[in-house]
Amino acid sequence: MAGTIDQQIALGAVDDPQALPLLGKVHEWIVTVDHKRLGLMYIMGGLFFFVIAGLQALTIRLQLAFPDGAIVPPQVFNRLLTMHGTAMVFLVGMPILTGFFNYLVPLMIGARDLAFPRLNAFGFWLWFFGAFLLYFSYIGGDGLYGAGSAPDVGWFAYAPLTELPFSRGNSTDYWILSIFLTSVGTTATAINIITSAFCMRCEGMTLTKMPVLVWLAVVVAFQMLVALPPLSAAQAMLLLDRFLGAHFFDTQAGGSAILWQHFFWIFGHPEVYILVIPAFAFASEIIPVFSRKVIFGYSVMVAASAAIAFISLSVWAHHMFSVGMTPVGNSFFAASSMLVGVPTGIKIFNWLGTIWGGKLRFRVPMLFSLAFIFQFLVAGLTGIMLAVVPFDWQVTDTYFVVAHFHYVLVGAIIFMDFAAIYYWFPKATGRMLSETLGKWHFWLFFIGFHVTFDTMHFAGLRGMPRRIYTFQPGRGLETLNFVESVGALLQGIAVLVLVINVIRSLRSGDPAGNDPWDAWTLEWSTTSPPPEYNFAETPVVRSRRPLWDLKHPEDPDWKYE
Amino acid sequence: MAAAPTTIPTAAVQWSTILPRRGRVGIVALILTESVFFSIFVVAYIFYVGKSLTGPYPKDVLSPPILNTICLLSSSITVVLAIRALRAGSIRSFATWWFVTFALGFEFMIGTAIEWHRLIYHDGLTIRTNLFGTTYYSLVGLHALHVTVGLLLILLVLILTMCGYMNERHLERTDILSWYWHFVDAVWVVVFLTVYVVGR
Repeated sequence: MAGTIDQQIALGAVDDPQALPLLGKVHEWIVTVDHKRLGLMYIMGGLFFFVIAGLQALTIRLQLAFPDGAIVPPQVFNRLLTMHGTAMVFLVGMPILTGFFNYLVPLMIGARDLAFPRLNAFGFWLWFFGAFLLYFSYIGGDGLYGAGSAPDVGWFAYAPLTELPFSRGNSTDYWILSIFLTSVGTTATAINIITSAFCMRCEGMTLTKMPVLVWLAVVVAFQMLVALPPLSAAQAMLLLDRFLGAHFFDTQAGGSAILWQHFFWIFGHPEVYILVIPAFAFASEIIPVFSRKVIFGYSVMVAASAAIAFISLSVWAHHMFSVGMTPVGNSFFAASSMLVGVPTGIKIFNWLGTIWGGKLRFRVPMLFSLAFIFQFLVAGLTGIMLAVVPFDWQVTDTYFVVAHFHYVLVGAIIFMDFAAIYYWFPKATGRMLSETLGKWHFWLFFIGFHVTFDTMHFAGLRGMPRRIYTFQPGRGLETLNFVESVGALLQGIAVLVLVINVIRSLRSGDPAGNDPWDAWTLEWSTTSPPPEYNFAETPVVRSRRPLWDLKHPEDPDWKYE
Repeated sequence: MAAAPTTIPTAAVQWSTILPRRGRVGIVALILTESVFFSIFVVAYIFYVGKSLTGPYPKDVLSPPILNTICLLSSSITVVLAIRALRAGSIRSFATWWFVTFALGFEFMIGTAIEWHRLIYHDGLTIRTNLFGTTYYSLVGLHALHVTVGLLLILLVLILTMCGYMNERHLERTDILSWYWHFVDAVWVVVFLTVYVVGR
């Protein structure tokens, strides 16, 4: 940005740098290939859809707050829950993690940008268009017979429900095409991250000296390369069914009614690990800094994450325990689902080991991280419960499952997204977010989260089914649902506090300096925000904490690693 | 608490030669993800073998496309020869072998088109006829799509070469394109075995 203005002044094109027209600034952002700008655009896009999909969730909770709810009719409700789920996964979770990795990976490895900057930009704009396409379905989904709107088939869009006879109009097609596009964009980012981590590290940074975040970004990128194609393939097959009369999921022609489920969950389960491993990455960077201790068990953290990624490819049918697989099949997936809990548990112990004996600073990023550890543990435990097939048979398709996965998605992933925002906002903008507003945000969201999702487990155990648009009185669900809705409102207010915090701090937050948290990885060695070229001279590192070595030359890490 | 912008002294030259080349890692990653994509269609094909309720069955209408296969697999050899020529600096030799590669790939597409024409108009097999039609056209068609993309890129390089723009500096990128082409050929081996050997 500074370079462009300087160039323009040098060329005599602009006399006053402040007068660079708004159109010029917008143009800069549109044509940028800079990983930092693209990363910020991904995050801003993700936060925008977080608000939209969050409002959809609040509408759902309003409809479910009272029995015989009449806020929205059932068809609208189905669209709300489909769009809420689809948007939260593909338009919130994925872009925010992509944005953070985009921003941080080159800075953390001492590189000037990612390996393929133009591919990066291409991926972003694909995502952007896909996102637009999904919500455009509200207008364009009508199709020939006026039969469609936004998709209403659940975020997993099971065939045969999504086949042409049962999903008329174009709503399903919008679902397919928008997600297909965003997936191609994500694949581009994955290729970029892997190539950058292997090919663009600064001198001295062997693979074993990369920050944990970079390692986990590589793990996530490999998962993206392997897990996204099954979804794209299934979607292509569904598109062929719907437009060319193919029979992939057509039971009338001998096709399978559960093939879609297999393909979707072969994607879907690794997908949720793609969403959660970045939360692990953020935690592994933030918790050490605010405990003033190096991460406990670096190698094991990396190895455990790789193990999680690998095992997660073999657990998919635990989403299908009730479709009638053989006992052998059910047992295999139950066993693999329990197995994946082992490396996950190891990571939790390592975070605790990092905190143990540390000098804790309870700043806002650390508050979110501590809540994350506790909440992710609970989420993992309910997941293990669900891996017990007979128990799953009892609670599948109830709100117990909804509570479980929201515990992970919100309690682990969104909490760490918030932590990452508070932690790296100073680096990206040069200003600190308000600590006071941050604490209000944290406590309101924490309380709201627990009010909603702790309660939801019990609604599920009482038998409340998923995806119902209302429930009858007298089934013991009134109080539980009302309480959940109150919690949702609290979370909404908390997000509003965050938005206010961001807007105010962008204008008048405290100047951050290069290294406001006294951290140790390379991104804190540049200015805040970093110059476009990141590093004036390519750094040379000798340990996992290059800034520690600089600040403590009498006690450098490389003596001990 | 704030550290001054720090750069520890200058990077030596040798480090960058230890790291792998970006183009290679990128193409390997692309090949990995495309392999998974193809695998799903292969799985669907194998899953639906013998499950068609009606219509033409594989053993009735399929005959192994031997000529097409020989051409496509030979094009992998010729592309290696082309790269070797480019590495040795012989642009003319490179252009010749590169053209032969294109021609062989183009023959594969023509042969596939002829086979499909026969299947559709003579045997009445389309993508909507039965499960065999669905899985056959989607799998072979997906492969043909990748061949087409490869041919377009090879053609682009061919045109640039004929206009005199090719030299040894482009060796690495051309080599990476040849890796894509090798991938397409390897996929054909799998598709051929699945459709014309296992699936009949």
